[in-house]
Amino acid sequence: MRYGYYPGCSLGSTARPYGISTKAIVGPLGIELEEVDDWNCCGATEYIALNKTAAYALIGRNLALAASQDNLEQLITPCNACYLNLKKTDYYMGKYPKLAELTNEALAAGGLSYKAGSLTIRHLIDIVVNDVGYDAIAEKVVRPLKGLRLAPYYGCLIARPEMGEERLDDFEHPTYMDKLLATLGADVVDFPLKTQCCGGHMTQINSEAGYILIRNLLHNANENNADAIVTLCPMCQLNLDAYQSHVNRHFKTNYNIPVLYFTQMIGLAFGIEPKELGIGQEFVSAAGMVKKIGTEPEVPEPAKPRRKKDDKSLPMPGKRVEG
Amino acid sequence: MTEINTNQAFLEEVISATPGGESLLTCLQCGTCGGSCPSGPDMDHTPREIFAMIDAGIKDEVLRSNTPWYCVSCYYCMVRCPKEIPITDIMYTLKRMSVRAKLFDNSDAPDFSKTFITFVENFGRSFEVGMAALYHATHKPLKKFDMGPFALKMLIKNRLALLPERIEGIDQLRAILKKAKSLEGV
Amino acid sequence: MTEKVGVYICHCGSNIAGIIDVEGLAEWAGENLEGVTVSRDYRFMCSSLGQELIEEDIKNEGLTRVVVGACSPHLHEKTFRRVCANAGLNPYLFQMASLREQISWVTTDKDKADEKARALIAGAVRRVQLQEELEPSEVPVNPNTLVVGGGIAGIQASLELADAGHHVYLVEREPSIGGHMAQFDKTFPTLDCAACILTPKMSDVGTHDNITLLSYSEVEEVSGFVGNFDVRIRKKASYIKEEDCTGCGICIEKCPKTVVDDVFEAGLGYRKAVYRPFPQAVPKFPVIDYETCIYFEKGTCKACEKFCPTGAIDFEQQDSYLDLNVGNIILTTGCDVFNADQIPQYGYGRLANVFTSLEFERMCNAAGPTEGKIVLRDGVTEPQSVAIIHCVGSRDKNYNAYCSNVCCMAALKFGHLVMEKTDAKVTSFYIDMRTPHKGYEEFYERLQEEGMKFVRGRAAEVTNAARTPNEDGKLIVQAEDTLLGKQRRIPVDMVILMGALEPQVDARDVALQFGISCSMNGWFTERHPKLDPVATMTDGVFIAGTCQGPKDIPDTVSQGAAAAARVLGMITRGTVLIEPIVATINEDKCSGCRICNNLCPYSAIEFLEDKDVSYINAALCKGCGTCVAACPSQAISGAHFSNEQIFSEIGGLLYDVVGGNGAKAPAPESELVLA
Repeated sequence: MRYGYYPGCSLGSTARPYGISTKAIVGPLGIELEEVDDWNCCGATEYIALNKTAAYALIGRNLALAASQDNLEQLITPCNACYLNLKKTDYYMGKYPKLAELTNEALAAGGLSYKAGSLTIRHLIDIVVNDVGYDAIAEKVVRPLKGLRLAPYYGCLIARPEMGEERLDDFEHPTYMDKLLATLGADVVDFPLKTQCCGGHMTQINSEAGYILIRNLLHNANENNADAIVTLCPMCQLNLDAYQSHVNRHFKTNYNIPVLYFTQMIGLAFGIEPKELGIGQEFVSAAGMVKKIGTEPEVPEPAKPRRKKDDKSLPMPGKRVEG
Repeated sequence: MTEINTNQAFLEEVISATPGGESLLTCLQCGTCGGSCPSGPDMDHTPREIFAMIDAGIKDEVLRSNTPWYCVSCYYCMVRCPKEIPITDIMYTLKRMSVRAKLFDNSDAPDFSKTFITFVENFGRSFEVGMAALYHATHKPLKKFDMGPFALKMLIKNRLALLPERIEGIDQLRAILKKAKSLEGV
Repeated sequence: MTEKVGVYICHCGSNIAGIIDVEGLAEWAGENLEGVTVSRDYRFMCSSLGQELIEEDIKNEGLTRVVVGACSPHLHEKTFRRVCANAGLNPYLFQMASLREQISWVTTDKDKADEKARALIAGAVRRVQLQEELEPSEVPVNPNTLVVGGGIAGIQASLELADAGHHVYLVEREPSIGGHMAQFDKTFPTLDCAACILTPKMSDVGTHDNITLLSYSEVEEVSGFVGNFDVRIRKKASYIKEEDCTGCGICIEKCPKTVVDDVFEAGLGYRKAVYRPFPQAVPKFPVIDYETCIYFEKGTCKACEKFCPTGAIDFEQQDSYLDLNVGNIILTTGCDVFNADQIPQYGYGRLANVFTSLEFERMCNAAGPTEGKIVLRDGVTEPQSVAIIHCVGSRDKNYNAYCSNVCCMAALKFGHLVMEKTDAKVTSFYIDMRTPHKGYEEFYERLQEEGMKFVRGRAAEVTNAARTPNEDGKLIVQAEDTLLGKQRRIPVDMVILMGALEPQVDARDVALQFGISCSMNGWFTERHPKLDPVATMTDGVFIAGTCQGPKDIPDTVSQGAAAAARVLGMITRGTVLIEPIVATINEDKCSGCRICNNLCPYSAIEFLEDKDVSYINAALCKGCGTCVAACPSQAISGAHFSNEQIFSEIGGLLYDVVGGNGAKAPAPESELVLA
């Protein structure tokens, strides 16, 4: 399958491991990623804070370039913020005619234009779990991640807001990455803060406030005995990983939880060497976690007790809503 | 004492500057937004309060508040709001308005955004090293004593680009952005 | 034409007179329109004095036709027709022109308004002279009534009718009547025990001579018309012979299959495959649930049959059908509760100690799964703090935009029950406190005095992700306390979600089956929201209780009684008048093409095989005119809407073009032929 690829600025710097591991696994997964020629920054959450039409036009240039590049129909990005920006611009241009008009007027100054709906914008994990599929991935696992307890952290921008009828999964408790990690053989821990915001650039604005948000996530993962947090956004990875020592200093805690990308986990399960997946570039070392692969999990799951005659417990509600 | 004018114009300005903003008129003041916000405890007014203030027309106080700048764009409020008010987008509108009116008290957040934007507009891509250096050097540099070791570690881990990357179509991008800026109100 | 037409132009205060020159119009009509012998204007035609004016003129001036230019016929056509009838003139020799809704309320240009007014009056005057005397037909009303749904609304309606001496067929889908009220513990604001006030009525229904209780049954088919409905009821196979069953309950005791009771126990308790929903069930007969019975699944067991002392178990039993004839139908099918799964941030289904309101009712109920003890999901631990969240799925565009009416009061009730039965602290998270009826606001104050805490802020989320040691092991409700303007995290042991009331999932199908309409949500539509809440647009079919909209028990009982009163009125009269404005098929012209058969929205046209022509049932026909227009042979005519009448009205509307009626322009050579 051939997809347009928008890596985003951080894959060339702070999120290099993400880019490296993505490239390592697309071959085995049978995915063809064609980078959009001469793409520009999506503006993250910064550009739109100071500009309106220009912010949509900034993103629009990428959409226009991708749409006219070699009949690409799908545009994939690995970064949550880029995903939100690209998808939201496309969605708003379809929903608000005035916005589309102004954006296209601006794009015309660069000889470009974009019609809303020309591209389907999807996150990298979406094509991995839905287009490749869990079964196909399971087949390629040579080194099951047995022994690892992983906390799946989705971050906020992949789950929200609602853009059109098609939704990737639940706003609050998506499960596709949980399923993916389970497919890779790992134990997936209960991580209720899986879509809680990491704070984004809050560490730069008000470090105290930023650290609180990061600490909440680390604390919850720790409480659930996670060996690592698996993420799919460069910003989340940076905050949880690079600022972990800041958080420890500030709150006098001693969290030591490596934070890796889902692509790195897939790579490990596929038997690829950690170095080739950018493992080793994280601040909080994942070496210990890597060694745990293939061992018995430290915290055994309690056996489900059979309902005893004097068991007074009340039944849990059955799931009555699909999906 | 803040003067509470019936400044209906401010409410209308916010609504027209935000796509889907008309639903702001139906705000129940239920507090779901303020309850969901991860930075809520650190804002001087909760998002709900801001909407009450916009409705009352106290423009100055709204634009002086740190609330829009503390919004982390997590969109919790927007998907949970029972009236489907585009709250996060309104926060962006307020950010833009406060910069134009130069009314924010603490300029850290707007400055951060401005610095980021400078690099995007010059190179077409963001450049973390340059941005961090420029921003931190001009904002309480003495308090940022741990930035040095931090940057060094990033370098050692090979997670920093030392040179900015410039896109080929930078002139095209600049033309587009220039035109776009001439078009907008807020 | 030697008719004498009286024209009356109403001012309607300034509603019409503010835009239209009413005096001028009346004058113009008298001078220019052929046939008009009396032409007046008056401030309020619908007033007693206005009506008397018309009556006097009919008697003294010998009027043979009457035209009133006023509001919409929807409002006062009936009034003026009655005036004519009182004065001895056939009511169908009256025509109304809607000067208000069609002109003065929608036009700002006075000249254009006057022009249009003249056209409408001219049209009405021409038309009315071609109208014919019509007499409504009478059909007898069968004194039996069908009540669908055995909740408190249905029970009330049935008892009212039965006590008045008429027969009622009460159909209930579940094995027992009682509805949602039977599930409750106490009711607000009096804290009456629900079962204590309900079971006497249930018992009355069960033993009443005039009520045939068809439990565990559903309505299969409905046909007919007001006064004369044919209904087919399907009695579901319960595999128990009621004539032999003594209700001893040994079968239930011996049944080895236990399943979660999703219906009566709201998923919080268990029942057997053969079961009675609750001990005070009416009727007392248990039923065997086909889906969960071991015999039907595997062919083994049959423990109930072995132990039944009277041999009442019959696994070969089939569904049986009953055909009934009734005069009126009352729908009291009730409502359902919102599925809180849909709001993931409240954790229902994921976090054990989050309960719905219905689950909590069952918990408090002394006959419920915990024998009335308030405990956590483990069935043992008493909570020390409880949070009650209002507006779950209500007042929310993401789910239901409306307010569910009863939840604020129920939340207060729950708070009271928790504090009465445990030492727990209770906090309510609300947007507004809605306590409108008698004793409700006082109940709110009582709960404040009892120590219940109230946080004005819609709960944003319920989570078990503790941040600090005092949150460990708790459920944390995060909300903005809007009165303080601060975000708060309140750790509790148990959370109760006050879910919205929703229409039953099959409400649309039921509405279709009975020929009534329902709103976008699924609530049955009443004839008029203020002035006629229990009738529907379909004559003979009434609605009562929560199927019409969310409401509390007092209102439900009132509506049940109101519907019964309407039906009693019909039965007492003995006959019902069918409007004569119906279509008739001229058999000689009918070619038997049957195009009209499927077009009729009221299924009023049938095909007579032996004569090879179609036939319209006048009682079902509403006079909509669809068949009249569709018939390729022009074999169908609509009474009171004949071609001649319609064309003459059009001619009147075009008075200044066609001529012959108040023409300002010279009359053309010949009348325009419009055929």
